[in-house]
Amino acid sequence: MKKLHLAATCLFIFLFSSQQSLAQDDLLSLVAKDKPKKERIKYAFKSPRVINGHSMEFLNPRTMDFRILHRFGPLDQGYKNFFGFDQANMRMGLDFGIFHNLMVGIGRSNYKKEVDGYIKFAPVRQSTGPGSFPVTIALVSGMTLNTSPWEDPAKQNFYTSRLAYYFQTIIGRKFSESFTFQLSPTLVHLNIVPLQTQSNDIYALGAGARMKVSKRVAITVDYFHNFNGLEEGVTFDPISVGFDIETGGHVFQLHFSNATGMNERAFIMETTNDWAKKQMRFGFNLSRVFQLGKKKEKKKAEPKGNIITIINK
Amino acid sequence: MKKIIISLALVVLACQSQAQDKYFTKTGKIYFDATTPASPEKIEGTNKSVTCVIDSKTGNLQFSVLMKGFEFERALMEEHFNENYVESSKYPKTEFRGQVTDNSTVNYHADGVYPVKVKGKMNLHGVSKDVETSGKITIKGGKIIASAAFAIVLADYNVSIPTLVSDKVSKNASITVECVMEPLK
Repeated sequence: MKKLHLAATCLFIFLFSSQQSLAQDDLLSLVAKDKPKKERIKYAFKSPRVINGHSMEFLNPRTMDFRILHRFGPLDQGYKNFFGFDQANMRMGLDFGIFHNLMVGIGRSNYKKEVDGYIKFAPVRQSTGPGSFPVTIALVSGMTLNTSPWEDPAKQNFYTSRLAYYFQTIIGRKFSESFTFQLSPTLVHLNIVPLQTQSNDIYALGAGARMKVSKRVAITVDYFHNFNGLEEGVTFDPISVGFDIETGGHVFQLHFSNATGMNERAFIMETTNDWAKKQMRFGFNLSRVFQLGKKKEKKKAEPKGNIITIINK
Repeated sequence: MKKIIISLALVVLACQSQAQDKYFTKTGKIYFDATTPASPEKIEGTNKSVTCVIDSKTGNLQFSVLMKGFEFERALMEEHFNENYVESSKYPKTEFRGQVTDNSTVNYHADGVYPVKVKGKMNLHGVSKDVETSGKITIKGGKIIASAAFAIVLADYNVSIPTLVSDKVSKNASITVECVMEPLK
């Protein structure tokens, strides 16, 4: 009888004390954990462009990115051309985020007086949690319009000759907080080519990477390999290496590149400088993002009867 | 034999009363503001999915906040908050574990508003710090509403503000908490 009593007391103390200590240590564990949710991987690049090429990142919905791009002259000309600063090409552009996976943009370069526009859409985006996907796949379709005067006004010129198109698939993954890599197979179609021997369809493969070196600075590399559109010794694959620097509202992309062109047709087809001859140019992209509208409130079922408002009344 | 029955009854009672003592929510609200007079826009964010548990018997109070759950009016601000300031992928959660120090003054069974003091440790951005504040516990129709407002020094939690924007982002963040808690079953 006594033993039973002792056992019961022990059990009582054990149960009570264990509950008590549990309560003191971790109340939060008493609440059922939320089921893990599918979560989109964000901020793979600081900007929707790696340097020249499109990145796997999108603008946030209802934002506008005002981009000013400069490409100076080649460095190898030295002091007589102030290391290229005497000469500048530029592109001004406006990009708009519509949905988290849809954006459009338009821009104009002074090189060939070209206007370009594109639409970029991602059917799947890299995510974690249930039903996750390891990579972002984005599709870009763009068009360029050369608005400079006809080279040969005497011959019959067609408006369509001013147009070129590009189609791109971007497959990218943010491997870690600091490292992102992407590949972008690209097709550039030219309505007109200068020589009959040249192909109207140019195939290229782009590779872009970002390595964060601090919270606000990242090193970026942007490369395109042109498979069938290069002229030996005249045009080269565009290679760009640079820094992304974030300063509050602006992102500065400072870089060295052998490309002058600032749209897909121009930098894939018409990069006439060679890194091997030290003909790289200094350039920068300045990006300023504006919020166009309020962020949409996530519609969540509010708990019935808002007590706080009742009490505050 | 009688003693055993009494003991067992006590155990059962203890378990039951424990269960009714605790209140919780998963939809608590936390609002923060780090605006300065020089800020070009309001620097504020709201989290509407705060988990909070209170043990009315002991006064133990715990919060868990997912940092990615803070919503901002401007998408870029949300990006900077997550990427540059609180580093929410590295430190996804902020937790507070503390106590209502004058818990005995609160009658959890009667409707009313009770001013209280709360003391405990908050872990934010990988740094644990003591936090003490006064708040309010409101009992209304079997629910507990806990609310408090306090300020933290961002530098205490190694949240650094770059010199370029040092006059535009406040060094102190004022934080407002409001949790409507229901009995935990």
